[in-house]
Amino acid sequence: MRAVRKVAIIGVGNSKFGVRNDVNIAELAFEAVKPSIEDAGITAKDIEFVALGSTGAGAWYEELLPAVVSAEYCGLTKAGLTRCEAACASGSAAFFTAYAAVASGQAEIAMALGVEKMREIDSPTAMEWIGRAGYYLWEFHNFGLTFPAYYALYANAHMAKYGTTEEDLALVAVKNHKYAAMNPIAHLQNKISVDDVLSSMVIASPLKLFDCCPMTDGSASVIVASEEKVKELKIDTPVWVAGIGYASGTANMSKRKDYVGLEANVLASQMAYKIAKVTPNQIDVAEVHDCFTIAEILAYEDIGLCNKGEGAKLIREGQTEIGGKIPVNVDGGLKAKGHPIGTTGCSMIYEITRQLREEAIEKSRQVPLKNYVALAHNVGGTGHYCYVTILRR
Amino acid sequence: MASMPSIKSREIKIVQEMPISKTLKFWEGLKEGKVYATKCRKCGRLYFPPSADCSECLCSDMDWVELSSEAEIETFTHVVFRPTSFCEYKPYTVAIGKLKEGVRVLAWLTGFKLSQIKIGMKVKLVAKISQEGNPTYEFVPF
Repeated sequence: MRAVRKVAIIGVGNSKFGVRNDVNIAELAFEAVKPSIEDAGITAKDIEFVALGSTGAGAWYEELLPAVVSAEYCGLTKAGLTRCEAACASGSAAFFTAYAAVASGQAEIAMALGVEKMREIDSPTAMEWIGRAGYYLWEFHNFGLTFPAYYALYANAHMAKYGTTEEDLALVAVKNHKYAAMNPIAHLQNKISVDDVLSSMVIASPLKLFDCCPMTDGSASVIVASEEKVKELKIDTPVWVAGIGYASGTANMSKRKDYVGLEANVLASQMAYKIAKVTPNQIDVAEVHDCFTIAEILAYEDIGLCNKGEGAKLIREGQTEIGGKIPVNVDGGLKAKGHPIGTTGCSMIYEITRQLREEAIEKSRQVPLKNYVALAHNVGGTGHYCYVTILRR
Repeated sequence: MASMPSIKSREIKIVQEMPISKTLKFWEGLKEGKVYATKCRKCGRLYFPPSADCSECLCSDMDWVELSSEAEIETFTHVVFRPTSFCEYKPYTVAIGKLKEGVRVLAWLTGFKLSQIKIGMKVKLVAKISQEGNPTYEFVPF
């Protein structure tokens, strides 16, 4: 069906996530680029095309052309260069762009680089910028919908229809904080309890502070190469791109058909499974988009890790922990590792690549592999964009 | 916020002039207490928010139709942590209601205590002028 070249991931790097007021955008990019180039065993000059994922250029940080300043700072100037915007899925859009450059035969080696700085401005202003990311004219201008509020609309509808509770949502946060505490690059490394979540301040009902991911600074870099280059460079453990699926949803929330799932999740995952020729039960480890706790529950159902309406049951039974049916977000997820918006997609790929190579940063959170297949599910906005990437060792 | 050494960027104020020529009847209608949608003369599809062009058949021949006021709440949220430009407002409730014509409307829901709001309840859609003087619309009790 798709006559494209095989593409492998040959190098990955990830900066420390957190409040990184010690570095500017280019210096932060460097912290991911350098280890990814060393991991691949190449030089910056070998990289023919760079796709950068970032959404806050000129808004929550000062540079308008982050791809250009990052490329110059990291020795990547002269490579083909672009910035990809798919809101919180910008990193995955960048990964798709780098993948496509190699798969098409246009390039032999390409880089996807996610970089975001969200903490140079105050929180209400950050909330303003992110809230505007939907349909400004019709849903923000008069109504001030915030990003937590978009997902809160889904949370209330899901709770009403399927009996999902605030405690169920809290369990997602508890799990993801538990794994973040084992991940030295995570932003929030504190373990929390269900009571901590339930007693935290309401942000947009029913979502409370600990149902929400933090605003994080961070970068992640992924280098991809053709099969010929993998052989030439004698890469030990190439991780192959088995399939990428994508889809989108309406800008206006009022135009969605229901509020209990994201249609873009369903369409993108089905496309990825079909191309990769795998079924959800063959996935050894998954990264799903948990910007809010409800988003992880929606993802379980939408990408087929369980039936519709059974997401809460999956988390209650501990099936998404290591040792369960399908471990999810064992790096801490967006919820606790952090969510530097344009970086997240690349950071998900970083994590599942390390998992598939059986070199998760801390051995305690290495998932046992059976099929050597992993999945990254990355949503932009509230199902405005979705990318699902399946990797195989 | 910034405990690390830093320097401040130059300050700018951004206000965009948003064109409303093609949906002017809608904005004028709000001032007269009416909420208008548009309907494609070719395929009959109804649009709210009103659209000057049909995304279904790409026809630009549209009629203006006044919407009925009865809506059923499909979902809602109470926004406590507000963005900068809404900080002068008290926390507000945003709801999505489905009208009998089949279109959904997202707007503020006022006149209820939060504990009274239930998915499936019937509310009324009304045009109004906001606290800031902007034409808008909201859901209120019947």
